Amino acid sequence: MRFTLAALAIAASACAPAQATQSPAPKASVTPADTGAPGRGALSAPNADPFPSTYRPFPSRPTVIRNVNLLTAAGPMIRGGAILLRDGRIAAVGATVDAPADAIVIDGAGKYVTPGIIDTHSHVGAGGAPGDAGANTNDVNEATNPSTPYVWVEHSVWPQDAQFPRELAGGVTTLQVLPGSANLIGGRSVVLKVVPSRSAQGMKYPGAKYGLKMACGENPKRVYASRGPSTRMGNVAGYRAAWIEAERYRRRWDKWTADHKGEPPTRDLGMETLAEVLRGNILVHNHCYRADEMVQMMDIAHEFGYKIRSFHHGVEAYKIADLLARDSISASIWADWGAFKLEAADAVTANLALVFKAGARAIVHSDDATGSQHLNQEAAKGMAAGNRIGVTVTEEDAVKWITINPAWALGIDDRTGSLEVGKSADVVLWSGDPFSVYTRSEKVWVDGAMLFDRLDPAQRWRTDFELGFVPEQVGGAR
Amino acid sequence: MRVRFQRWGLAAFVLCSSVASLGAQTVAITGGKVFPVSGPPIENGTVLIRDGKIVSVGADVAIPSGARRIDATGKWVTPGLINSSTSLGVVEIGAVAGTRDNAARGRDNIAAAFQVWEGINPASVLFPPAREEGVTNAVLLPQGGLVAGQAAIITLLEGTVSDMVLRAPVAMVGEVGDAQSAGVSSRGEVLMRLRELLEDSRIYARRRGDFERAQTRPFAASRLDLEAMQPVLDGRLPLLVAVDRASDIDATLALAKEFGIRVMIGSGAEAWQVADRLAAAKVPVLTGAMNNIPGSFSSLGARQENAALLRKAGVQVAIIGNAGGGSDDSFNAQNVKYEAGNAVAYGMTWDDALRAITLTPAELFGVSARIGSLQAGRDANVVVWSGDPFEFATRAEHVLIRGKELETKSRQELLIERYRTLPPAYTTPTTPKP
Repeated sequence: MRFTLAALAIAASACAPAQATQSPAPKASVTPADTGAPGRGALSAPNADPFPSTYRPFPSRPTVIRNVNLLTAAGPMIRGGAILLRDGRIAAVGATVDAPADAIVIDGAGKYVTPGIIDTHSHVGAGGAPGDAGANTNDVNEATNPSTPYVWVEHSVWPQDAQFPRELAGGVTTLQVLPGSANLIGGRSVVLKVVPSRSAQGMKYPGAKYGLKMACGENPKRVYASRGPSTRMGNVAGYRAAWIEAERYRRRWDKWTADHKGEPPTRDLGMETLAEVLRGNILVHNHCYRADEMVQMMDIAHEFGYKIRSFHHGVEAYKIADLLARDSISASIWADWGAFKLEAADAVTANLALVFKAGARAIVHSDDATGSQHLNQEAAKGMAAGNRIGVTVTEEDAVKWITINPAWALGIDDRTGSLEVGKSADVVLWSGDPFSVYTRSEKVWVDGAMLFDRLDPAQRWRTDFELGFVPEQVGGAR
Repeated sequence: MRVRFQRWGLAAFVLCSSVASLGAQTVAITGGKVFPVSGPPIENGTVLIRDGKIVSVGADVAIPSGARRIDATGKWVTPGLINSSTSLGVVEIGAVAGTRDNAARGRDNIAAAFQVWEGINPASVLFPPAREEGVTNAVLLPQGGLVAGQAAIITLLEGTVSDMVLRAPVAMVGEVGDAQSAGVSSRGEVLMRLRELLEDSRIYARRRGDFERAQTRPFAASRLDLEAMQPVLDGRLPLLVAVDRASDIDATLALAKEFGIRVMIGSGAEAWQVADRLAAAKVPVLTGAMNNIPGSFSSLGARQENAALLRKAGVQVAIIGNAGGGSDDSFNAQNVKYEAGNAVAYGMTWDDALRAITLTPAELFGVSARIGSLQAGRDANVVVWSGDPFEFATRAEHVLIRGKELETKSRQELLIERYRTLPPAYTTPTTPKP
């Protein structure tokens, strides 16, 4: 795949539509033109999609990888098996597959195939590189108010961030970009395909739900120490005040949407996002380190009737793994970060394994564009730490931490995250066992299109920024 | 099981262990694949240790009766690893200022006299995890400013600060490429200030008497800093310069030539672009193998092949880094072995990568007669690995420091012991199911 404007144009115009449907359009029965009613922008409609994805799969050819070890994230490893990618989907997977006559056939002897890696916690694009003072590439924290549910991080995403192609080279095909953790309620996240585009819309994962970023603990109370919240109890008061207002907003709008009686209520961007959480249309991603604070957040969720989809950075998740399992909350955690602040001091490298053992969904996340490129290695660390203390973790288990489990956290596990027939052909071919330090991704497919090939550096994706600034041959490929 | 809320009695433990370590013994590590690093690997080799020192290494080593035997059949035996860029023991909790002792205010961003090792906390809970996973020695680097101060190399034993310091100072740490860190406005100004410091230090040495009588013009640094720069000027102490951009590395080489001083490059993101000149100048580089992000305009050429390309050009390379990115270097000092493994994935030979976290840093910091290889007469800092030390699944099964295995449990182990089966006191319902 050559990343030229011509290729992009073809991709945008000639391809079949993405297999995943877009978010349902708002079903406003009021048509502005003939009724004189307010325009769409004035209405607070469920699942509104004012910045719709323009992503379309890149051109692809049927591809068979055979004689390869498949870690499917959906069952036992298939040794020496095969997989067929066709029309953007996984068409067959098993011991053998029938290769169509026009298929590219890749011999995978000694190599491994996994689903594309999914990172639930990234700031790539919003916190771009280079990050020098004055470069103004840091658009992660709208640290002007402790509660900013009205910001959408996609409006910070710079598609020319040179970190994107490096993510792809690391086997990452899907990223959730989140607002930062300065605020109690930080705003909407966005789920992106890791593909070249001129716009954030061109990267948006079609049909993926939005997330809401919330944050516990040290960061909000530190950032807002002078104006408040300045304590953890102040943090909690802030969340509850926001949900009380959101509930009132949701009721008012749901009533109007049902009966259209009278003037529509005033639209409020922030309350709209929170109301969508209460309706179950937006998934909560909650930065929270300490066990006791996670338990507080679970009670708040119960109080207002929303669900927490994933606790992020929960270095103490192992202390409440049983509760996470009970409430079906996933833990997006590191293999081995700790000690950088007191609320990270109880980090243990067996965290992932202990969460897994308790039956909760363990996810390896990064919060870091270097770590994100090596989530396979991070999972390997977590697997080894478990095995070291007698918690058995197999490669079949660990691969789920970086594929199907994060897919679940993002609500896209029905279409990606495992090697199953009918799912998107988001696939990585590894030079060897992905849990070995010596292994590197060799080829990466997104919706069946090979967008990274380490063996063909000349074709690699280079962002606009990299041209001229970054020496040739530098980046994901060698 | 009762919940015991014990206080971590590490300080007391340190003293006990230290006393206990005085009783030395003979240890024979037998049957393993031994990597002396100073020579070729030895299949089915023996490492014999007495009184904390290695006494012999080889395939035919007579084992004295009464020696404690460690059966390393099927295992890999290496020198203890050296992490050449840490703040172990001088930063406990990154965000807690009172536990952060790796930077000095200095005067006008010059803190040459700052001796970072004086702030070591031997009771740091970050030592046991590093040690358990095979790191036996670490270089402590001061940070910040134009001249950050003096680095030390320590042994991760249990004892006092002076017990731990193997050699200090081992380098003077300075800045060339980062004007902001140096507290000035441009690259040229950084070099100007460094030159001024070096020149004034030289003049000061000749005119100490005049200086004491206040018969000199004001110098660019305090008396203590001018004194501390003397070993740099006479070539006894290398100036370790944190620098990334290729042109800044060239400027460092020119500065070294101008003043006849020894320099080392730290970080060196774009060092691969000037590898031949570094090799010709015999200037070593401390760098990682994970960074490929153009994170600043000084490191646009960052790439994971950096270490391998430098080595190919004949540059001495010590591998640094925590193989993960982002987190505190102390918490993950043990991960330097994975950084080395990644260097192999990106083109370095396995032997060079092991050397880059053992003998090479020992040579660079002047302690190769003590550590970094398995040879007679060296400190018995030895690790028995279940397999390839760079692989994630491998365990460090025995870590000997001066011939002793230390048993102190890490804080992580204590937490896991408490939580892997919940103590009864913790099993009371916390949140009711809605």
